[in-house]
Amino acid sequence: MAAEASSLRAVDRALPVLAVLAGSIALWYLAAIWLNAPQVIERVFADRPDWSWRELLAQTWSMDRPVLPAPHQIALDMFHSAFDWPPDSPRSLLYHAGVTSGATLLGFVLGSLLGAVLALLIVNLPTLERALFPWIIASQTVPVLAIAPIIIVILGSFNLTGLLPKALISMYLCFFPVVVAMVKGLRSPGVFERELMHTYAASKQQTFWKLRVPASLPFLFPSLRVAIAAGLVGAIVGELPTGAQAGLGARLLTGSYYGNTVQIWSALVMAALLGLTLTAGVSLVERVTLPGGRQ
Amino acid sequence: MASGQAAQDTATLHPTDKSAVVEVSDLSVIFPAKDQSVVALDRVSLTIREGEFISLIGPSGCGKTTLLRVIADLEQASSGTVLVNGMSSREARLARAYGYVFQAPALFPWRTVLQNVMLPLEIHGRSAAEGRSIAREHLERVGLTGFEGKYPWQLSGGMQQRVSIARALGFEPKLLMMDEPFGALDEITRDRLNEQLLRLWEREKRTVVFVTHSIPEAAFLSSRIVVMSARPGRIVEVIESDLPADRTLEIRETPAFMKIAHRLRVALASGHGS
Repeated sequence: MAAEASSLRAVDRALPVLAVLAGSIALWYLAAIWLNAPQVIERVFADRPDWSWRELLAQTWSMDRPVLPAPHQIALDMFHSAFDWPPDSPRSLLYHAGVTSGATLLGFVLGSLLGAVLALLIVNLPTLERALFPWIIASQTVPVLAIAPIIIVILGSFNLTGLLPKALISMYLCFFPVVVAMVKGLRSPGVFERELMHTYAASKQQTFWKLRVPASLPFLFPSLRVAIAAGLVGAIVGELPTGAQAGLGARLLTGSYYGNTVQIWSALVMAALLGLTLTAGVSLVERVTLPGGRQ
Repeated sequence: MASGQAAQDTATLHPTDKSAVVEVSDLSVIFPAKDQSVVALDRVSLTIREGEFISLIGPSGCGKTTLLRVIADLEQASSGTVLVNGMSSREARLARAYGYVFQAPALFPWRTVLQNVMLPLEIHGRSAAEGRSIAREHLERVGLTGFEGKYPWQLSGGMQQRVSIARALGFEPKLLMMDEPFGALDEITRDRLNEQLLRLWEREKRTVVFVTHSIPEAAFLSSRIVVMSARPGRIVEVIESDLPADRTLEIRETPAFMKIAHRLRVALASGHGS
């Protein structure tokens, strides 16, 4: 009975998502006709004035360099570029996804640590809040697109290339949501909870580890989900000015350089899938770390 | 007022009473404010002896909670002295001499019921195994066996407050302080918890200081009731209860109980008038 109910609930939850997916794919096919038809008529049908509607449809959904590739073209390109090459080949999409996720994860770890350290400083030294917070907020108003090349050039002059510069750009976007959420979370315990620890004559460390840290976790995890998604954007942006060596950002860049729209789209979809996977990973850790403590 | 004078005398007659758990003398607490400072307590003296169940009762703003908080070192005295087991309230707190129950259960939502009761034992450095068995024993005493693995949000308000009482008693403090612990509960739950608390006190003979604004609650629970008045916070009268220790809720229908409740009502009314 219970298993049946839970599978019913899963269907209930999946149905709206699937309906939106089906709707968007249908719209996508229509948009592909609309956007690609002028090119098809101009180039393919230039010397064949007797073309039929059926031929036009077939052509708009199978062009080499369409304005908007059809979903199945992207799916096929992703499949081939992921599985036709060994995963360590620069032609494999999985290789590039791996490069980008490496930079994202390193940046995420560094950014979360930086965020946590800043939050600790701010919570423990109230004057630091006034000194640091304006700078922390100002740092996020500088467009990452402007910062990224600067970081890469500066680190490049120290012979630091590859993973680290990208991870630093990723970190730059990651730390912010973590600082804000951790400060709020570490301060979330109420008067009763704090006075309770006081009556136990608990040390500052005990109050920190047994009250403040556990109280901050429900604030921390949503911010980590935001951070890892922002970190992925940072890593991809960091891959754009490196001369397009490797990573999903490089795939986007070479794709647009050669007008290979299908490749751009498959890199884009791959980035979206990677983002979903990474946030799902954080959610999984959250579920393991916070068992039953939800309110 | 004659009875108020009597309360002062009790304190001055036995300043170093051997059985005194709490000795408050000439305690004043003034909260500074921009326009006019608030005198929360004005030269209050009170001696609480071992094994007593003392209730502090009065209208809101009479300083009954402030008095409890000064004894617990959660608030600082402006003048006067407070001794707990012959120590200053700060030393007593550091010596973990008392358990404190707040108006709200203040349970940690990420801990199970058992882990919540184990919290003070962990902080005091007891081993996990020892803490677990002590916590189980105290949960049994408040009638919560079988709920060890539940989380606080899975329990009713009354059960949550019982967990917080078990938590306060877990490290066997000689003194238990309770600040309107049942104030947020419905009448029926409150009655039942009052009876359980009385059984607990009767069995373990700990000293209890209990803050309330309910006349029937104070009359039913206490061996001595301290009536306070507001602005400035003062003790108006101290009423000794002659009700038997093994009383049950039915005692509230008896003339002896009615008499105490009546005296409380009169004392509260006179305090209010002055």
